[in-house]
Amino acid sequence: MNAEVILAGVMLAALVVYSLLGGADYGAGLWDLMCSGLRREDQRDLIARAIQPVWEANHIWLILVVVLTFSGFPSAFSYISLGLAVPIFVILLGIVLRGSSYVFRAYFTGSVRTQLYWGKVFSISSCITPLFLGIVIGAISSDSVLVKDGLSENGFLRTWFYPFPLIVGVLSLSLFAYLSACYLTIETDNAALQSDFRTRALISGIVSIVMAVLTYVIAGDSAKSIRDGLARAPYVGLIECSAAVAALIAFQALWSRRYFRARMAAAVQVALIVAGWGVAQYPYLVRPQLTIANSTAPPNIVSALLIAVAGGAVILIPSLILLLLVFKTHRESISADANSTPV
Amino acid sequence: MDNLIAARSQMGISLAFHIIFATIGVSLPLMMTIAESRWRSNGDPVYLLLAKRWAKGTTILFAVGAVSGTVLSFELGLLWPRFMQYAGAVIGMPFSLEGFAFFTEAIFLGIYLYGWDRVPGWFHLFSGCVVAISGVLSAIFVTLVNGWMNTPTGFNIVAGKFENIRPFVAMFNPAGIPEAVHMVLAAYTAAGFATAGVHGWLLLRRGRNRFDEVAIGIALFVGGSAVLLQSVSGDALARMVAARQPMKLASLESQFQTEAGAPFRIGGLPFPNKRETKYAIEIPYGLSLLSFHNPHALIKGLDQEPESDWPNVRIVHISFQIMVGCGSVLTLFAVAAGWLYWKRRPLSKHVWFLKAVIIISPLGYVALEAGWMVTELGRQPWIIYHLMRTKDAVTSMPNVAITFLVMTALYAILGVIVVWLLSRHVIVAPATTQLERRGVLV
Repeated sequence: MNAEVILAGVMLAALVVYSLLGGADYGAGLWDLMCSGLRREDQRDLIARAIQPVWEANHIWLILVVVLTFSGFPSAFSYISLGLAVPIFVILLGIVLRGSSYVFRAYFTGSVRTQLYWGKVFSISSCITPLFLGIVIGAISSDSVLVKDGLSENGFLRTWFYPFPLIVGVLSLSLFAYLSACYLTIETDNAALQSDFRTRALISGIVSIVMAVLTYVIAGDSAKSIRDGLARAPYVGLIECSAAVAALIAFQALWSRRYFRARMAAAVQVALIVAGWGVAQYPYLVRPQLTIANSTAPPNIVSALLIAVAGGAVILIPSLILLLLVFKTHRESISADANSTPV
Repeated sequence: MDNLIAARSQMGISLAFHIIFATIGVSLPLMMTIAESRWRSNGDPVYLLLAKRWAKGTTILFAVGAVSGTVLSFELGLLWPRFMQYAGAVIGMPFSLEGFAFFTEAIFLGIYLYGWDRVPGWFHLFSGCVVAISGVLSAIFVTLVNGWMNTPTGFNIVAGKFENIRPFVAMFNPAGIPEAVHMVLAAYTAAGFATAGVHGWLLLRRGRNRFDEVAIGIALFVGGSAVLLQSVSGDALARMVAARQPMKLASLESQFQTEAGAPFRIGGLPFPNKRETKYAIEIPYGLSLLSFHNPHALIKGLDQEPESDWPNVRIVHISFQIMVGCGSVLTLFAVAAGWLYWKRRPLSKHVWFLKAVIIISPLGYVALEAGWMVTELGRQPWIIYHLMRTKDAVTSMPNVAITFLVMTALYAILGVIVVWLLSRHVIVAPATTQLERRGVLV
C-alpha cells in the first residue's frame, strides 16, 4: 500500500476519533439548548460536567486533520478552502463562539442571567459547527467543488448550497446528538436524568436513521458517484452491515436501559458510518477532481509525516491513557465526596 | 476595501490576538512550575496557591489559544489558498509537529490540574515541566514556519513548482532558529513583566502581602532573565537579516542608499519619496558594526530594488524603533532591579519601585507586537521571500472585508472575556484561610 494512502487512512482515523469525542461534545451543546422539564437545571449541570475537562483535548483531533491535510495533500486543502470558503468560515465562527462562550460560562461567577445568555450562545454555536462540517463532507463527496486556475468554477454558494450537502449536514448533527445522548446516560447515577437522555438518544437515533436513508435517496440526484462508491466498493457493504448491527444493538440496549452497552454500540455505529464514508470516498479526496494520488505531496514528505505521526503516537498514547486513569480516579473521588456529604 | 488589504488585515488581527494569548500560555506554565518547585522545597503555602492560580490562568489561556490557533490553521487556506497549495508540503512538517506538541501540552495540563492529590509529587512537578516545555516547542515550531517564509530553503524550483523538497532543511531554515529563540524570549519577557505589573498594582491597592510579593518575585525573575538574553538573540537575528534579507534590514533601518560604514539610526522619520530619513540620532558606523561586526562593512540600501518592491518603510522603521526602544528600557530596568535587589531588598516595600514596575509592565507586549509588525510588514510584498508575492497568494473569494470585520469583532469579544476571566480567577485577592491551611484547593 502506498504511503499516501496510509496517510489518508490516518486522517480518516483522526476524523473518526474527532467524531466520537469532539462530535459528542457538539451534540451535548444541542441538548443544552433543548433542556426542558422539571430537571432542566440538572440536565444542564450534567452536560457541563461531562464535557468540561475534555473538550479542548478533543478539539485537537480536528487541528490534526487540518494540518495533515495541508501538509500531505496541499492541493486538496487549497481547493476545499477556496470552493467551500463560506461553510468553512461558518465552522470557524461556530468554533470561536462555542469555545469562548464555553470558557466564559464555565468560569463565570456573576449573575445567572448572564450565564444563561452565554449558555445560549454556547449551545447554538455548538449546533452550527457539526451542521457545516457535514455540509463540507457532503460537498466534497458530490461533484460540485471545481477549482481551475485559483478560481472556484461554481462560485461560493453553488458549491454547497443544494440538497445533498445540506442533508449530510443535518445527518451529522443528528448523529452527534445521538452519540452525545448515549454518552450522557452513563455520566450520572440519577435514574430520572438517565431516562431523560435515554429518550433523547432514541429520538435522535431515529432521526439520524431517517436522515441516513434520505441522504442515500437524494444522493441519486446530485451525488451519484459517492452512491456508486457506497454500493460498489467491496468493504463498504461489510461496514454498512456492521453499522446497522451496531445500531440495532444500541437501540436494544437503550430500550432495556443497559447504558454502558448502548454507549459502546453507538460509538461503534458512528465510527463505522464515518469510516464507511471514507472508504466509499476512496480514492477521491475532493470529488470529482482530486484523488489521493493526484493531490499528494512528494513521497519523501509523506513518509516523513508518517514517521512524525508514529513518533507522536508513541508519546501521546501512553500519556492519554495516564490522563484517563487520573480522570477516572478524580471522578470516583468526586462522587465519593458527593455521597459522603449529608444532604 | 481591497481584497488583499482585507485578507492581510484579517490575518494580522488573528495573529496579533493569537500572539497575546499564546505568549501568556507559554510563560505561565514556566512560572507555575517555578512556584510549585518552591512550594515543594520549602512548604510555604503561598507558593502552592500561586501555582494553582497560574495553573488556572494557563487553562483559560490554553482553551482560548486552542480556539484562536484553530482559526489560524483554517485561515491559512481560506485567505491564502495558493500559498498553501504550493508551500503546504514544504512547511507541513513543523505544523504537524506543533500539533503533537499541542496535544502533549493538553494532556499534561489535564494531569497537572486534576492530579494534585492523585499522582506522586515528583510526577506532578514533571507534568508542569512537560506543559512548559511543550508550550515552548509549539511556539518554536510555528515560528520556524515564519522563518521559512523569510528565508525559504530546502527545495528546488522546477517549472514554477517546489520539487526535491527536503522537509527538515526547510524546517531549520536560516531565519528559523534565531526567530524562534527571539520569539520564546519575547514571550517570557512580555508575560513576565506584565504579570509583575499586575501584581505590583494589586500590592499597592491591597497593601503589603506575601502573595503578591512572591508573584512579583517570580515574574520579574522570568521576565528580567529573558530580556537580558534577548539582546544577544536580537543581535544574532539582526545579523541573520543583514546577511539573508538585506532589503528588510534596509527598510527597518530606513537605509535608502547603499553605503559602507552606515550609521545606526535611533528614532527618525523616513520619507520614502525623498529617499531620506530625517530627525534621527545617527551613531556613525553603528549599523555596519552591528550587522557585520565590522565598522566599514557595506550595507545594501533600498536603492538596490525597485520602489514597487519596497515594504512600507515608514511603518517598518517606526515599529522597529518601538521594539528596540521598549526592549532597551526593559533591559535597563532588569539590570537596575537586579542591582537593587542585591542592595536594598525587600524591594516590595519601596512604593516607587512598584510604581516603576507598573509603568514599564506593558512595554514587553508593545515590543512583542511591534516586533511582529517588523517581521511581517518587513517581508512584504512577498509572502515567500523573493519567490511568491502576497498578492498572488490571496484568495479569489470576493468580500473578504466582511469576514475581516466579523472576525475582528469576535476577537475583540474574546479579548474582553479573557481579561475579565483572568481578573476574576488569577489575580483576585486570596482569602487568608487559603494562605494558612496547607494543601487547600483554590
